[in-house]
Amino acid sequence: MADNTASKTKNSALTGNSAMALAMKQIDPDVCAVYPITPSTTVIEEFSSYVADGAVETEFVTVESEHSAMSACIGASAAGGRAMTATSSQGLALMWEMLYIASGMRLPIIMTTVNRALAAPINIHCDHSDSMGARDSGWIQLYSETVQEAYDNLFQAVKIAEDERVLLPVMVCLDGFITSHAIEVLSLITDDEAKDFVGDYTAKHPLLDTDNPASMGALALPDTYMDFKHVQSDAIAASKEVVIEVGKEFGKRFGREYGLIDTYQLEDADVAIVILNSAAGTTRVAIDELRAKGLKVGLLKPRLFRPFPHAEMVEALKGVKAVCVLDRADSFSGFGGPLFNEVRSALYDMEDRPKIMGRIYGLGGKDYTTENAVAIYEALFDVVKTGKIDTLNDYMGS
Amino acid sequence: MSTDAKPAKKQKLSVPFDYSKYLRKDKLPHIWCPGCGHGIILKALLRAVDKVGLEKDDICMVSGIGCSSRTPGYVDFNTLHTLHGRAPSFATGIKLTNPELNVIVTTGDGDALAIGGNHFIHTCRRNIDMTILVYSNAIYGMTGGQFSPTTPIGSFTHTSSYGAMEPPFDTCEMAKAAGATFVARATSYHVQDLEKTLKAAIEHKGTSVVEILDECPVYFGRLNKMRSASQMMEKIEKEGTVSVKQAENLSPEEIGGRLLRGILHHDTETAEYCDQYAALTERAQGK
Ligand SMILES: Cc1ncc(C[n+]2csc(CCOP(=O)(O)OP(=O)(O)O)c2C)c(N)n1
Ligand code: SF4
Repeated sequence: MADNTASKTKNSALTGNSAMALAMKQIDPDVCAVYPITPSTTVIEEFSSYVADGAVETEFVTVESEHSAMSACIGASAAGGRAMTATSSQGLALMWEMLYIASGMRLPIIMTTVNRALAAPINIHCDHSDSMGARDSGWIQLYSETVQEAYDNLFQAVKIAEDERVLLPVMVCLDGFITSHAIEVLSLITDDEAKDFVGDYTAKHPLLDTDNPASMGALALPDTYMDFKHVQSDAIAASKEVVIEVGKEFGKRFGREYGLIDTYQLEDADVAIVILNSAAGTTRVAIDELRAKGLKVGLLKPRLFRPFPHAEMVEALKGVKAVCVLDRADSFSGFGGPLFNEVRSALYDMEDRPKIMGRIYGLGGKDYTTENAVAIYEALFDVVKTGKIDTLNDYMGS
Repeated sequence: MSTDAKPAKKQKLSVPFDYSKYLRKDKLPHIWCPGCGHGIILKALLRAVDKVGLEKDDICMVSGIGCSSRTPGYVDFNTLHTLHGRAPSFATGIKLTNPELNVIVTTGDGDALAIGGNHFIHTCRRNIDMTILVYSNAIYGMTGGQFSPTTPIGSFTHTSSYGAMEPPFDTCEMAKAAGATFVARATSYHVQDLEKTLKAAIEHKGTSVVEILDECPVYFGRLNKMRSASQMMEKIEKEGTVSVKQAENLSPEEIGGRLLRGILHHDTETAEYCDQYAALTERAQGK
């Protein structure tokens, strides 16, 4: 990442969850409704200390389930407040109904999603089944490789969500335990910088504006329902531009610019891995090892998963001969994992498109090592050599 | 020890209860913290099951999520570990499919009354034959000490730094009002009563709810300045309760804020759900 001389930042060593709690404190939302679940609990636990210490103005409600947590956020947001929450796994699953209400009502709610596997069997460790399951719920999804990215993403999420061209909820995803509980040195922005960056939120049609009464969530039958969805679909597609703008502005202010995707050694790469979140870091190490041996290997890491950056993918993978998309979630007998599915579709219209295969990795916290990444690159070189993919989609290491 | 030197004639030998026949030994040691009340409840339950004379394979134990809900992992019955708050609904499906099974639900106050409150009351309302043990430690233990729907007003937890503000549920009153036909309160301090109560609960046909006051020294104890598990047991379970029998001779003033302990409600008249269901089926089929 670039230097951060532009801002009065200071460095600090924090876990991912502490950094998210701190970002929430600096954002100082109006309402935070929560229910605890591992591994996201400490985000809220630490945030509740800020509340107890009077460091924020937030109304903090500890409700009786995630179902209620998201419902309360929806109420708060509809009433005109800035609402935030955090969850993981089953908690996100229990919010299902409400996720669609939040996006359908165009409410800019912000949620930290600390990625964790879904039961059964019960598992508290990282994979992306939870947020991938929510990929069609109309929420914008930002993924984070490091604590720094997760922290930076949360501020940007607020700005993206509340932009008038968007008005959609955003979830910021980070890997459970791997990022949420690992201590990393990151550079923090100051409280004033944070306040200035996110600005104040003034809802346009708040329910509490009794002079201009509004009605939300009303019945829409076949004559209108589809039009609502069309507008919503256009709004999330258009949010891509806003994500880019906000990423640039963040870079201008704090020295760390963000785009829709991130690449590493991809420009001249013959083969590439496409992967989300913390595993991208592991892949970078493998790339350094292989590059030292003269092998042209690269990485593409989507930062934005919804809306999906199709065009940017195509552009970035031009010239690459073989690609492996690694998914930390299965779509159980879909055409590969969710990320594979998107990337392969994106590349369909490309001339000279690369050969592309998919692997499921790291479910329920199973390790993804540099050796795994190296083995994938070796397999990709075989594909380049033979022009053939043996197994299109497979589970890795089980 | 020189016990063998004593005359053997009048000595009553108490054979230690063999818990091992009911336990999955490969799953031990358990996850519970030292001083946690959950282990005491497990042991009392196993003794009660033994006294009732149930076969291991005729029992199905179901739980949600929480420290308390880890209980089924350790017992050698048919067991189902489900979702946070949903155990009574899973159990309802099991019981309806196989009414011969003895269904026992182990749940926490958070599991049963917060996220699962709705399932809890509707299970009671149906009066379906199962025994629900609510391990009531007034806190969410597993997620690190947040307040629950049974946390007394003023108590400190990680989400009530200035003392809990919300009024707690009375688990037993709620179960009774919702329609459970056997409702009792026990504690992990009064272990013999606990065993007897659990036996009666299992033997009752219909929804039996037993709220068991136990302790989470790690979170509730530490945050509320109770130095040890035994101090918690004395304060909350011993001094904080009075048996139904003792209460008969006490005025409301004398009972004060203490909770009643023992069988609080036992209705043997109301029809049980599976029986009703079978009768309805017969009627509908014109038999
Ligand atoms: C849908 C969902 N939300 C949150 C959780 C996290 N969670 C696990 S156990 C628990 C609380 C358990 O408290 P209680 O039932 O009182 O049991 P104890 O641990 O105190 O025995 C919570 C909130 C979860 N597993 N699933
Ligand atoms: S955290 Fe509390 S409830 Fe959980 S095992 Fe430890 S003492 Fe028991």
